[in-house]
Amino acid sequence: MSQSEPHGGSVHAPLLQIENLTKVFHIRQGFASQDFHAVDKASIIIDSDKPEIFAVVGESGSGKTTLAKMVLGMETSSQGILRYKNRVVNDISRKEMKTWFYREVQPVFQDPFAAFSPLKRIDSYLYETAQNYQMVADKKETPRYINEVLSEVGLTLAEIAGRYPNELSGGQAQRVAIARALITKPSLIVADEPVSMLDASLRMSIVNMFRKLKEDNNVSVIYITHDLATAYYTGDRIAVMLRGWIVEMGPTERVLGNPLHPYTQNLKASIPSIKADETWDEKIDLAVIETDEYTRTGCKFAGRCPAVMDICHENIPPSVQHEGRTVKCFLYDESVDPAKKTALTPAAG
Amino acid sequence: MGTIIETNDLRAYYITQAYGVERTVKAVDGITLRIKEGEVYGIAGESGCGKSTLLRILLGAYEPPLTVVGGEVKYHLDGDILDAADLTDEQQRDLKWRTISYIPQGSMHVLNPVRRIRDTFHDFISAHRDATKSESFQLTADYLRDLGLPEKVLASYPHQLSGGMRQRVTIALATILWPKLIFADEPTTALDVVVQRGVIQMLKDVQQKEGSTLVLITHDIGVHANLADRIGILYAGKLVEESDTKTILENPRHPYTRFLIESLPSLDSREERLAIPGRPPALDRPPSGCRFHERCPLAKDICQTVEPDLIEIEPKHFTACHVVEEELSSVAV
Repeated sequence: MSQSEPHGGSVHAPLLQIENLTKVFHIRQGFASQDFHAVDKASIIIDSDKPEIFAVVGESGSGKTTLAKMVLGMETSSQGILRYKNRVVNDISRKEMKTWFYREVQPVFQDPFAAFSPLKRIDSYLYETAQNYQMVADKKETPRYINEVLSEVGLTLAEIAGRYPNELSGGQAQRVAIARALITKPSLIVADEPVSMLDASLRMSIVNMFRKLKEDNNVSVIYITHDLATAYYTGDRIAVMLRGWIVEMGPTERVLGNPLHPYTQNLKASIPSIKADETWDEKIDLAVIETDEYTRTGCKFAGRCPAVMDICHENIPPSVQHEGRTVKCFLYDESVDPAKKTALTPAAG
Repeated sequence: MGTIIETNDLRAYYITQAYGVERTVKAVDGITLRIKEGEVYGIAGESGCGKSTLLRILLGAYEPPLTVVGGEVKYHLDGDILDAADLTDEQQRDLKWRTISYIPQGSMHVLNPVRRIRDTFHDFISAHRDATKSESFQLTADYLRDLGLPEKVLASYPHQLSGGMRQRVTIALATILWPKLIFADEPTTALDVVVQRGVIQMLKDVQQKEGSTLVLITHDIGVHANLADRIGILYAGKLVEESDTKTILENPRHPYTRFLIESLPSLDSREERLAIPGRPPALDRPPSGCRFHERCPLAKDICQTVEPDLIEIEPKHFTACHVVEEELSSVAV
């Protein structure tokens, strides 16, 4: 691995390179110890020359947040490759994490009120970040710079100056959180469920902002959510996660327009429709105990899958290329006898 | 179908006094509702519009600083009319959970973490009727089977269950005594779509089995669309529109409702959708006139000064908006 270029990397190096990335947690129960693959062999590449919004969706406990934490350098990976601008994230020194990495990669979290201390004025976070990263040469210019960044998220410094987090609405606080992330002019924002605490009406304003940032500021965004509708609305590409696996990944329009993996089909069919005459007829199965699915041999969806085959209980399905996306399912594996695949219900939606 | 719960011009404010400064938050301000027996009534609106306060008043579970300053809540139960404010402690105890029940939002925090699910059920049942341990276990097992929950759940501790399963156990717990009137506060918020769908299914099952009345509070219009018979839209402590679900979704008239529905992203298109401009008003100093006028693209002079009344614009479709009212009267003339 080349580490000769500490700042930047070569032109052709991807912005973010994730290959077979795995995170194993050891759970000890008494004397027994169990390995728990929170993220299992994830592979994602985000190009540096073309900014994009990469959506990661999946139910709670699917490993979305663990993936985000690894990308942010907050959690070390157990196996696999994780490189940012051709640098191995786990190997970046603590000093460089502060001076370089966090300038480049910034987080936005779920709950803005948990991200800001209730005892601190909210604008102090913006000043501190700007000064710590020396974003302006002249200290007197800081307010002007902050105001400029705030205008990106539709706020002004006058609106929030001297105010405490509880004096802001959820949408405003989340905008300040995003503005704080933008202060360092990052190339990548990792947003972990940034809208799930917000009302539907405010959701769109935040999501529209990500689109604008991508287009105007060339910022790539990893958008983690369980809300498929906003993922479809913003995402250029999407990865669907299930119990640590990426089960389907590809361009959003393809994956959500015509989902192939039975789990993605299940997800899509579960979005409540706002058309009054479209309601669900058939029942769905839910996981009873989460850890049961994580430790399952074979396909982790086999217990709930409508198209399950014998092979699914025994072997781990391969990731195959099919119709312009990656699917981790035996149904699309050509080495499996097609006669056994009759159980497939093509339109679960 | 008769009315089971009604409110008349209900006003409930949070009145606080700190260092001699009095502050009044008008969280529920003049709400009149008639909820019919056996229906699912949905209450929708943004956070901070008074949904949860209204629920607390309807349940009769409130303490100062929340004070009812005007209006009343009446239950119509078994031919009796009870005023929620006048219930004795004994009546309260009698009604709660057996007749009137409540499904709270955070299922994680409701179940006792150090007791198995079946023991929690026994605690609950034995507090409201005479039941031995084996009787309540039997009752619980039968009920869970009816609702399609696996029996494995009974011997588990709450932390062993997934979030969705916990929420469904909470719903089962709240409804095991077959209450006539069920209130649910954001029962699916923070759950992912697949689990949400399971919870919606179950709420529907519970409601239909005994024909109970369900009052459903959530900001998610998608959930209302799948569950509610009628929807009331709340904005800044006031009811701004009310009708059956189909009408609200297909023909909303109040500009706020229209924004609320049009801003929902869907898998049908990726076209840019606009968010509602501005933000909900602070309820300690609500705007004059129509409370939505600051964010309303149709606002006229009258909207800034005169508060619109809730009027019936077509059969069983109520809206509080000057602009809609004017359109109607111009057609009539």
